[in-house]
Amino acid sequence: MLSVEFLLNAITLGSLCALLALGLVIVYGILKLVNFAYGELIMITGYTLYLLNTSLQLPWLVMALAGVLVAMFTSYSTELVAFRPVRTKSLTAMLITSFAVSTLLQNAALLLISPRARAVPLPKLFSASLTVMGIAIPWRNILTVVTSLVLLIALTVLLKKTILGIALRAAADNFRMTRLMGVPANVVISSAFVISGLLAGIVGLFWVGRTASVTPTIGGGPLLIAFVATVIGGMNSLVGAVVGGYIYGVIFSFLGVMLPQTLLDYREAFMFLVVILILLFRPEGLIRGAGTGERVG
Amino acid sequence: MLSVENLHASYGAILALKGVSIAVNEGELVALIGVNGAGKSTLLSTIAGVLRPLAGKIIFRGESLIGKSPEEIVRKGISLVPEGREIFSSLTVEENLRMGAFVRNNRLEYQRDLETIFALFPILKQRLHQLGGTLSGGEQQQLAIARALMSHPSLLMLDEPSLGLAPALVDQIFELITRLHQQGTTILLVEQNVDRTLQIADRVYLLQTGKVKFSGTAAEVRHQGEVEKVYLGGVE
Repeated sequence: MLSVEFLLNAITLGSLCALLALGLVIVYGILKLVNFAYGELIMITGYTLYLLNTSLQLPWLVMALAGVLVAMFTSYSTELVAFRPVRTKSLTAMLITSFAVSTLLQNAALLLISPRARAVPLPKLFSASLTVMGIAIPWRNILTVVTSLVLLIALTVLLKKTILGIALRAAADNFRMTRLMGVPANVVISSAFVISGLLAGIVGLFWVGRTASVTPTIGGGPLLIAFVATVIGGMNSLVGAVVGGYIYGVIFSFLGVMLPQTLLDYREAFMFLVVILILLFRPEGLIRGAGTGERVG
Repeated sequence: MLSVENLHASYGAILALKGVSIAVNEGELVALIGVNGAGKSTLLSTIAGVLRPLAGKIIFRGESLIGKSPEEIVRKGISLVPEGREIFSSLTVEENLRMGAFVRNNRLEYQRDLETIFALFPILKQRLHQLGGTLSGGEQQQLAIARALMSHPSLLMLDEPSLGLAPALVDQIFELITRLHQQGTTILLVEQNVDRTLQIADRVYLLQTGKVKFSGTAAEVRHQGEVEKVYLGGVE
């Protein structure tokens, strides 16, 4: 039962969840805002692929790059247009703004494109498999795991070695003090949103790749996963988000093979049961971060 | 160098500064004393740009600081070591110092400044790769001051640097402040430890409920018995 295939599936899902959670938490750490419009970035990536494919028919890699860039730009612009004006107001105002942005983007897709699913292009590699010692491993899984690892390593280097990265971590620790060091508040916040968009965009490529289609509401699932994973791992820690993401992937895959066929539809309910159990013992999540819990003013 | 005129500011719902005027000259060590709630910390926060004043002027080297953000003000050369130290506890000591040098942007100078800091604070060299949050209170205070010095401030503002430290460490911090002052750093110091402060300050402002009650040299303050009046409840 705990075969190589199972492990690989678990790690593949875990990688996506880890990236998702990281993208949510990098903004949360600084603004204390759970950005509910985060899932829509995945939708945006999907529609960018769809639109480019129906109009220009570019090579997939070019379209994928464009999809990720559009997600980054959307994330950056939502901060600029929607969140920045309400930043110094209450946290509630920010939360409601993020719901508004989410609804607005979904409705835009409904109106401008279609409520029905649209096909997105996939590279040939996504449907091929690599056979190693009699086990067929889908290339999509291998790519997911490798891309995630590369991205996680790159982000670690960014956050640990560059002055911008250190400033981002400092801002999550104590935002007011970071400004007193001379770090412009807007630069830090914009950077966090751009990184968040990058992560959502890359996850988006693989996420729409699962069904080869995109719908206006495709962002709901990944948003929930990201949220649950950060709650498991700890909202105030970037490492926690990654750990939470992988744990989510492993538990979810595990439930998939453990539960009897009749209960398989309730896999998410069981998932939440596990989350509740974790939270009973570790209410702050598995990894406690520093963060003062103070809000940006 | 710094002149504050008729400053009004509120801290939450409380009007914490009701027309405060102070001046700090180049090379001076000026102390603000007064009981809790006199408005000392609010004054420093307002100068640093964290709080917006309701009225009044803040002029630093001939330029108004009103309406400027904290990040702009630190670039102009004013550095605040806030009450409670507020070091970045999830960053290493070195990362804390790098953040302190954020406005400098010069790799070579940074290395040289680190050496200067290690000469002043040998303990920080030993703790360089430890997380800030794992340091003791005294070490954190040293780190907070070191971090502020990394920006080469022309005016260093210290808010209660001896608060919550063991007596031996208090001595150490006061010695350090004296040393920085002798090296030519201009310092605006808020302190509860009045005796020690009067020993090292050039001039003193005594704040009471948001106003300057008395100002003068440390000797004058002691001589006139103003301190006792305020601290022992001698309100007119």
